[in-house]
Amino acid sequence: MVGKTQNKRHWSVGVHQLFKKIGIKQIAYVPDGGLAQLIKRCQDDRSIRSVVLTTEEEGVAQMAGAWLGGERGVLLTQSGGVGNCINMLSMIQECRIPLLSLVSMRGEWGETFPWQVPMGQSTIPALEAANVIVHHVGEAEKVLETVNAAAKLAFDANRAVSVIISQRISDSEAKG
Amino acid sequence: MTQKLKFSLQRRQVVHQILENRGDAAVVTGIGNAVHDVASANDDPKNMYLAGVMGGACMVAFGIALAQPDRRIIVITGDGELLAGIGSLATIGVEQPENLFIIVIDNQAYGATGNQHTHTGRGVDLVGIAKASNFKNTALITNEKELQAQIPNIYQKPGPYFAVIKVVSKSSPRINAPKDGTYVSRRFRSAVAGEDA
Repeated sequence: MVGKTQNKRHWSVGVHQLFKKIGIKQIAYVPDGGLAQLIKRCQDDRSIRSVVLTTEEEGVAQMAGAWLGGERGVLLTQSGGVGNCINMLSMIQECRIPLLSLVSMRGEWGETFPWQVPMGQSTIPALEAANVIVHHVGEAEKVLETVNAAAKLAFDANRAVSVIISQRISDSEAKG
Repeated sequence: MTQKLKFSLQRRQVVHQILENRGDAAVVTGIGNAVHDVASANDDPKNMYLAGVMGGACMVAFGIALAQPDRRIIVITGDGELLAGIGSLATIGVEQPENLFIIVIDNQAYGATGNQHTHTGRGVDLVGIAKASNFKNTALITNEKELQAQIPNIYQKPGPYFAVIKVVSKSSPRINAPKDGTYVSRRFRSAVAGEDA
């Protein structure tokens, strides 16, 4: 993060504000570097309950429960965790429960670590096979509008929607 | 190693006794016999029958518990289902939801698929795992007296609560519980969160 341009707001600022505006009360996550700033902002916000999971499928179940109880939540996960969610997503599909998730990618743009590539390359096909609508975003400036559109599709049209945040974005963040 | 212990409690009677005076508590079932045990007590709209997603019952209930802090949320599930989501106990232990009560109907077998052994009859102690995961109240229930002593704890004390009830390894008849997820989930949400939620 050293040497990062100071005059440009990180995308997580706007997304956190959007979460508050649309009434997000729960976030659930297994940590990831690509989502670390957003997670920190939510943790520091007392109006949002931030829950750390042992595995991402717990978060799919928790989000189903949040909706059943009348609240809105968001699942935050790295692409590696998407594979853990597949069976639990059957509840989202069978019950037609809204599910908004943000997925930070590994194993795609410029990846240098080979073990990340298989699940990274399987992430979008796996989500689509589980009937999740995928919005892919490759530029930091477009994250907010993409999450906003995905939230409408999720909560107003009762659909499962994943915003896939490209490794290109976290890569450029790392380079500053 | 399989423990050949004889238990006398009948799962369906146990569940009916627990839910007899449930008041406004919401109930989440795990997959399998628990669906039928709960539905046969009373097909209450505040029942969320999970007829799939093995391992998901505790975390679905946890999400409801956060959204409905003034209502008691009771999980009725089996030992096989609980084992499939065992990490949930650690997550719940960290979060300490005071209104979440997990009850495992433990027949030490996968009852829906031919009574194959689960880990709970082979040396794995679920109550010990819950205690070590920082659950506030835990109980191992093996007879009628212990059951009667524990039921008030479900309705009068704060959670997170975790109980294992050892029952005879025999399934009760299936009943016609509603199984359409869209129907059951919307009925539940209206009853628990209101029509405007």
